[in-house]
Amino acid sequence: MRWNLLAVCVCFVAAHVWLIGAMLRRKRTTRGSDASPQNGETESRDASRHLRWTLLAALCCMYLWMAVTAQGLWAGSRYAGPSPAAMQVEVVGEQFQWYFRYPGPDAAFGSTRPDLASAASGNPLGLNPRDARSHDDIVSSVLVLPAGREVDLRLRSIDVIHGLFIPSMRLKENAVPGLVLHVHFTPTTPGTYPILCSHVCGLGHARMQAVLTVVSSAEFDAWLASHARARSEQPSQ
Amino acid sequence: MKLFTTHHRALGVLHLLLSLAAVTIGTLLSLVMRIHRVWPALAFPFHGQIKPEDYLALVTMHGTLMIFFVLTTAPQLGFANLVLPEQIGARGMAFPRLNAVAFLLTVLALALLLAAFFVPQGASISGWTAYPPMSAIAGAGPGEGTGMDLWIASIGVFCIASWLGAVNMLATILGERRAGMTWSRLPMTVWAWLITSILTLLVFAVLLAAVVLLFSDRHLGSSFFVPAGDLVNGVVVGRGDGSPLLWLHLFWFFGHPEVYIAVLPGMGLVTSLFANFANRPVIGYRTMAAMLVAIGFLGLVVWGHHMFVSGMNPYAGTAFALTTMAIAIPSTVEVLGWLSMLWGGGLRLPTPMLFALGFLSFFIAGGLTGPMLAQPALDSYLHNTFFVVAHFHMVMAMAGVFSLFAGIYYWYPLMTGRLMNETLGKIHCWISVIAAWGTFFPMHLSGLAGEPRHYERLTGPATTFSAITANERGITWSALLLAAAQLIFLWNVFVSARRGRLAGHNPWGATTLEWAPETALGRVQRAPYQYEIGVNQMKFHPQWESASKQE
Repeated sequence: MRWNLLAVCVCFVAAHVWLIGAMLRRKRTTRGSDASPQNGETESRDASRHLRWTLLAALCCMYLWMAVTAQGLWAGSRYAGPSPAAMQVEVVGEQFQWYFRYPGPDAAFGSTRPDLASAASGNPLGLNPRDARSHDDIVSSVLVLPAGREVDLRLRSIDVIHGLFIPSMRLKENAVPGLVLHVHFTPTTPGTYPILCSHVCGLGHARMQAVLTVVSSAEFDAWLASHARARSEQPSQ
Repeated sequence: MKLFTTHHRALGVLHLLLSLAAVTIGTLLSLVMRIHRVWPALAFPFHGQIKPEDYLALVTMHGTLMIFFVLTTAPQLGFANLVLPEQIGARGMAFPRLNAVAFLLTVLALALLLAAFFVPQGASISGWTAYPPMSAIAGAGPGEGTGMDLWIASIGVFCIASWLGAVNMLATILGERRAGMTWSRLPMTVWAWLITSILTLLVFAVLLAAVVLLFSDRHLGSSFFVPAGDLVNGVVVGRGDGSPLLWLHLFWFFGHPEVYIAVLPGMGLVTSLFANFANRPVIGYRTMAAMLVAIGFLGLVVWGHHMFVSGMNPYAGTAFALTTMAIAIPSTVEVLGWLSMLWGGGLRLPTPMLFALGFLSFFIAGGLTGPMLAQPALDSYLHNTFFVVAHFHMVMAMAGVFSLFAGIYYWYPLMTGRLMNETLGKIHCWISVIAAWGTFFPMHLSGLAGEPRHYERLTGPATTFSAITANERGITWSALLLAAAQLIFLWNVFVSARRGRLAGHNPWGATTLEWAPETALGRVQRAPYQYEIGVNQMKFHPQWESASKQE
């Protein structure tokens, strides 16, 4: 990003210096002697053509460099899936709230049914009580992750298109109803980071925010254990 | 002026007046948004405080008005009706009655769109891109009921109007050229209209299909865009197994070429103006024309760059990134061509030329951020932030509007026989350039700070964006100044029609046929832009003068 901004700024300033320079030159330039204006014109035209071709070639090289580096980064983050050891977390967007579901000790997400979903009755995602895999699933409104471990986010939306945006992780992907999308990343520095919605989703769009808390793995285990305990004390939904 | 006319020049003026009405409303809406962002508690007269849904309705209506009724209507049907037949030496448009119908349908479309402000719950809140399922389901939010239906009706009618206009333009260019007006003698504006009319035929057809499918999802029980089990507002609405991504593909297949439909006529116009006021031929006429064609056709295969993070396959993201990067090359050729036309100095700088130079400034600035946003790795941070808002307001909105101003100041004598006031014009131009830079440049910084679009407030549960509040305040003041400067323009337009200096014949020393005296109705004699390169003397050979007369 930094190199891109720099390259773009240089081009921008150069073009504007050229533009303003041209506006300030009240007198026409003609290179070559008055005796042979025709030759002089041809020469200067040739010089200007060479200059144009050189500039065009240089700019094309810049575009090529941008394309190649960007594709490298893109392929690195999106072409390959996460490592099999990555932690699984499901992110669900709903007007106007983010939910984060952890699969629990059985390491499997239980099935959901839209007709069961109701935030008022404590089951915002519509976990299916008849599916044993859902009994240990933990649903949180905060995304808590251990530092240094790769995480594989499983993105869904219940109603309309939302955009999961974690600016400090440079991560953005839409949550699209009907699709399950995966993005993966590795948080490294413990701290608290905002999670925003980056796709207009209705009147509460601007307040559809959550928090990502990155903690040490010991703290994370403790957090998960306390939620698992709370979950097992609840009657199964 | 009569509303029911088939004369092309009158229709051109009518289209421009319609765009003037739309741009006035669109600008006022944007000012309300800017003011609300900085002073959220302020109550507006006749309305009160801006609620979140009001803000989103303003965003939707601002975008729709500006993109369809200003940037599509004015440079195409406005300017083309005004000068296209004359520029190619035709007696008129090929289908005058079709032309009149296109105008009346555009008026109808505008009326349908604006009616959404007056229905219960107001206008749609899903943005000008109207992504389903939000736009497909009335329960998804206020304005998604009747407001959305009116939006669909308006866009449907607008598609048909654009289609009729484009058929007419294409038929005129292909079939009505005067003897001697060969392809290599077409003014650059005509090349641009040729390409935009082909693009319009291709992509507005797709948009029309898309809004018909959306209507069908809303009222006929189909499920093109709504997936199974979709639960909106407590009701399971998904019946079939449609996909919202289908809408994104259809919409952006229209939406991206639409950008070129808006800006290509401006590119053609400034090429003509640079030649005219630098008194130089267009450098590499064939290359410049070919690059306009290349931009038009590459523009058809880049739509996926709006969808890098939409859930589209990442391999498709790579393909679209490469096609998008490729479109930078013809655009660079155009810019280098313009810059080298200007470099010799000795430019005349009347108001139309100043606006054309302003166009170039914004086109470069907005164009350079294009290759940045074309990189999916960077877009996965910048997508839907104010960086994108800054980018398209520079390259499409400001460049587009500056080319509109250039055209109006330049062709004003054809409408009224008089010139617009130069002093007022120059003041208008300089204030507009500075205020537009002050409005849209800082938006890049907000975007780099991560501020997403469509946020009616800066402070949310997880973030406050306190670092950019000063920046936002500056943008708002600058936007107010930018809008105020347009009052000078309005005054100038209406007063100069009565009191402006009489223009006489060919006031700018131009070579294209719209400036030909009525007596010179013979064969087209030569290529456009035959300006002679000399030291401090103006010499030019208009297309209507024969070569032998000059010898």
